[in-house]
This record gives sequence, C-alpha cells and structure tokens, in this order.
Amino acid sequence: MAGTIQSNLKARRTASRRGTEEPAFVKWTLITIGLAFALLFLLVPLVNVFYQALEKGVRFYLAALTEPDSWSAIRLTLIIAAISVPLNVVFGLAAAWAIAKFEFRGKAILITLIDLPFAVSPVVSGLVFVLLFGMQGYFGQWLDDHNIKIIFAVPGMVMATIFVTFPFVARELIPVMQATGSEQEQAALTLGASGWQTFWHVTLPSVKWGLLYGVILCNARAMGEFGAVSVVSGKIAGQTQTMPLRVEELYNSSKLSGGTAAFAVASLLALLALFTLGVKTWVEWKTRRNYELAQRAEANFQSQI
Amino acid sequence: MSIELKNVSKKFGEVAAVNSVNFSVKEGELMALLGPSGGGKTTVLRMIAGLEVPTEGDIFIRGKRVNDISVRKRNIGFVFQNYALFKNMNVFKNIAFGLKIKKWKRADIEARVTELLKLLGLDGLERRYPHQLSGGQRQRVAIARALASKPGVLLLDEPFGAVDAKIRQELREWLVHLHKDLNVTTLFVTHDQEEAMEVSDRIVIFSKGNLEQIGAPREVYEQPVNEFVARFIGVMNVLEVEVRKGVGRVNELEFPAPTQPDGTRLRIGFRPYAVQVSPDLALYRYRAVLRRTYFLGIMLRLELELPSGLTLRSRITKEEYALLGLRDGMNLSLQIRTYRVLAREGGSLPPELQTAYEHPPTIAEHI
Repeated sequence: MAGTIQSNLKARRTASRRGTEEPAFVKWTLITIGLAFALLFLLVPLVNVFYQALEKGVRFYLAALTEPDSWSAIRLTLIIAAISVPLNVVFGLAAAWAIAKFEFRGKAILITLIDLPFAVSPVVSGLVFVLLFGMQGYFGQWLDDHNIKIIFAVPGMVMATIFVTFPFVARELIPVMQATGSEQEQAALTLGASGWQTFWHVTLPSVKWGLLYGVILCNARAMGEFGAVSVVSGKIAGQTQTMPLRVEELYNSSKLSGGTAAFAVASLLALLALFTLGVKTWVEWKTRRNYELAQRAEANFQSQI
Repeated sequence: MSIELKNVSKKFGEVAAVNSVNFSVKEGELMALLGPSGGGKTTVLRMIAGLEVPTEGDIFIRGKRVNDISVRKRNIGFVFQNYALFKNMNVFKNIAFGLKIKKWKRADIEARVTELLKLLGLDGLERRYPHQLSGGQRQRVAIARALASKPGVLLLDEPFGAVDAKIRQELREWLVHLHKDLNVTTLFVTHDQEEAMEVSDRIVIFSKGNLEQIGAPREVYEQPVNEFVARFIGVMNVLEVEVRKGVGRVNELEFPAPTQPDGTRLRIGFRPYAVQVSPDLALYRYRAVLRRTYFLGIMLRLELELPSGLTLRSRITKEEYALLGLRDGMNLSLQIRTYRVLAREGGSLPPELQTAYEHPPTIAEHI
C-alpha cells in the first residue's frame, strides 16, 4: 500500500518535472554561474576592501580615519546626507501623494520626470549645475556679485546629491500608496479629522515601511554618490571632499600608505552598504510578515465558517 | 425629517450618475437604497455624507442645508463597503479615533468605547488589529467607529457585501436589532433586493441614476410602479398584450381591459404565486405542461409551457405540490388570479391603470 503511494508520488514528480521544469543539468549550470558570478564580482571585492583596510593593523586603520582631511570628509558626507535625505522625503511624500490620490493633467510627465535622475549619467547631473551656477553659467555672474558660492562649495554638492537621489523615496511610496487607496483617509474625514490629522495618523503609518525602505536607499546613494558630486565639488581636501572623493584622492596619492588609507575610508562606505542591505532585508521581511499575518487571519476566518 | 434631498443631481464629467432625485428619510427610520450596480445609489449616499458634491440640488440633514458643510462637520457616521478600518490601529484606537479628534476627555473616550464594544459584542477584542479579525467582526468595528461620536444619521455602503453568505443572514437580523436599540436614522445601500426587503422600513429603488419608486417593502413588491421595479423586486411574469374589443390578448391568454381602445399595447405583470395550477384539467381555464420544477427550500418554482409555447412561472409550497401530486411532464390546468398593468422602465402609469386586477372567473367557477 505504502509502496504504491510512494511509486505514485514518484511517477507524479517525474511527470511534473517533464512538464514544467528544465532538466537537472540546466538547473545546476545556472545555479553555478549565478553563484560564481556573485562570488567573483561581489563578495571577493567586498572582503578585499576590509582586508586591504586592515592590512597595516587596527591602529593604522583608526589613524587613517581620524586624519584631519579624512575626518572632514566623513563629517561633510554626513552633513550632505542629513540635508538631502529629509528634503527628498518631503518631496517624495508630496509627489507620491499627488500621483497616487489625484487625477491631473501631466501626471505621466511627473512620473517620467521622477525617473530622470536614474536615466542620466551622474557626471551630466553634476555638469547641469555647473552650467547653471558656475562662473561661466547663467547665474554665475549674479551669484559672484552677491558673494554666494554654490559651485565648488557645499550648496552645489547638496544640490547635486538631491538631484541624484530624487527618485528613491517617491519610487518606493507610489505603489504602496496606490495599493492602500484613499478609503482610510476618507474614513478619517467622516470621523472629523482635518487633512493634517489624517496625514499624520492614517497616511503616514500606513506607508511607514515603504518610506523607511526609500529613506535607506536614498541615504546609501546620498553618501556614496561620486560622479555628480565630484563634478561640482572642486575636490578641495578638508573642505569640499566627501568620503568617495577622499577615497579617490588617497588612492591616487603618491604617499606610500595611500592605498591602505583609501581602503580604510572605503571600508566605511562598504559598512554603510552592508548596514543598508541589513535594514532593507529586515524591512522586506517585516512587510512580508505583515502580509502573511493578514493572509493567515483571512484563511483562519474562512475555515471557521 | 432627518434627511431630505431636493432635486439632487450628480454628473461625473459628461456622465450623469444621479438625475434630479427627491426623497426624504424620517427620524429614526431604517431605509434601503436599492438598485443594480451603477444605479447611482452609492453616489447618493456619498453626497449625503459629503464625500461627493452634488452638481445640482440641495441636501438637508435635520432641516439644515448641508451642501456647503464639509464631511468633517456633518456629524454623520459612515461605514465603508470594505470597512476602511485603520490598519495600523487596534480595535480600541479605531473606535476612539473620532472621539480623540473631537477632543473628548480620556475618561469619556474610555467609557464610550467600552460601551460600544459591549453593545456590538466586541468585548475582549480591543487589542486586536484589523487583520486579526473575522469579516463580521471587522464590520462591527466599522459600525462602532461610525457610531462613536453619536452621529445624527448612520450611512452604510453595501454593509453586507464583503461578508460570506452564511454570516450575512445573521448580520441582517443583527442590524435590525441594533437599529431598534439605538433608534438612529439609518440609510444603507444594497444591490440585493432580498436584503432590502428583509431589513428596511422603506426602500428607495434606483436605476440608471433615476429614482424609480419609494415605499415599504410590501408596497414595492405588490404595487411596483413599472416593469423595472417589478422585475427587480422578486420574480415577475411579464407579457405584452394587444387590446381588441376591451380584451388584452397574447397567444391564448386574455386579460380584460375595458377602458382601453383597440390596438393599445399593454405590459401585463403577475407574480408566480398568482399562477394557480391543478392536475384536474377541467378546473381552470388554460392548459399547460409542467416542464420543470425548481426546489427553493420551502417553496417550489414551476416552469409551465402553454400549448402556444408561452412559458409562465408559478410558485407553490411543498405541501401543495405533494397534495396535487405534481410531476414534471404532467398536463395541468392553470389560472392567473391577479395581475397588474406595468409601465415601461423609467415611466409610471396613468392612475386608472394603477390597480391590481382580479382575473375573470374560471370556467369551473361558472358551473
């Protein structure tokens, strides 16, 4: 009896494999290629960053990080992220809200515009600001007359960063907001809530995971951006150098231990990447779990009747 | 009057969703807005709530014109079709939301929510989140939330639409009891005529944005103003007859119409229960073959084919069916006891036609 069931199962399994699956060698070849690629191009370089950074010992590592110019680069990176991320959160919320909840002319254009920074090379993004605000740019003379410095200064770097990280928050929020619909907000209105109360108590909590996800991706890019920031920064050590720019300078310097110092700073960026990945995985797990809980509650309820 | 609509119309762009609707709801009444989907009933409900703005006309709540008063200030309780519970708040916070917004004192909120939890049979669930509740529980939370700040009117959009058929029956009875206990003016939207008949004091019937008829369930069932209402509320046999010499005829069937000139075409309607059958072929005037029997629980529906090929539907009880010894394929005699003249959809009849007619006596009764 048990034997029949076993062989039946086996027969069915072979049958289903024939029907829907590729042969075993295809499966294993694909898995091997995928793994080998990830190992060679992702894991090995990552491990190497830490290996190189710590090659001359922990003391050298710490010294390389606290050296004045590197320290200033770390601080500047944090400042730029601290300005551009909140601004993009505000913008992202506003844009996602408009796109998800309203019908208006030019909606398609707005959606395309949000994606623009993804489509443009970062170097071009930086150049745009140089052409606008640089000495030879449209507003350059006027800005110089009024003694306002944008290009080769922090404001320009912030602008370039905002431009490059523009899509992250909005992109994450639009689908979440569209899926939630506007019924909960309408319910809040019928209960007497104002627009602001509705936003604060109903809308924001319902998109918080999507928002967090957008914020960490936005932050990772804001801290790690090289191309656009490099064009507008002027790369003045100790003044307009962010961590990625500092890594480049250290690596290209003729100093003997430059490479190791470069990797020390680079290791911070790599840590940031790992942290981002960790939070991202956690958020994804959390959203999936919420979804599964809801599904299970629904299933439980269905089986009760 | 608790709610009053005067010539209310709503257009979405070029599409007219509601055409110049007039009706009123009495204080404490339980009223149904009934109609097929796309009939405009939900739009009417949302306009009363203030979630939609009427293109034309005036809406009054307790004698006050509310057209320019925002949703927030209308003091209505609204229950959404899918409940729209706040997913990030537990049951207690959902119910307390409106009270918190209205700056009730903490102790008062606590007391009111506890009272509602008890009233709606939700005790012990206050710490649960919406996704941890059954469909019926979610609905009750939505109703509790809508009732929390003691609204003047309670509006429900398809309250039983999202619930499983089995629980729906329970919920209907429960809503009737709740309404009796609270005595709050209640208006609900449904596309299910049975639901409207069973639950409400009066029914407003909509089709294609027009109000077709208002009346008590019995009234709209027995005296439908037109063919649409007749067909929508329950099953109706509808025939078109042509009048000749004071008698409307279609195939072998004849209906007296003494006041109508020759050549007039009338629509005749009669409920299945008005069609009486007997295996005694001499008893009634017309002949028919029993083509098929449908079992509907305690009632049975018979599909009868007349010699001319015309098909009529009859409804009898199980007992009658057994007593008469009916079988599919049997030859029967039949009569139509009462019938009505119907107006076409969207129209109504001149007064002289607006009564139910007794059919002429049968041959058997002559003897």
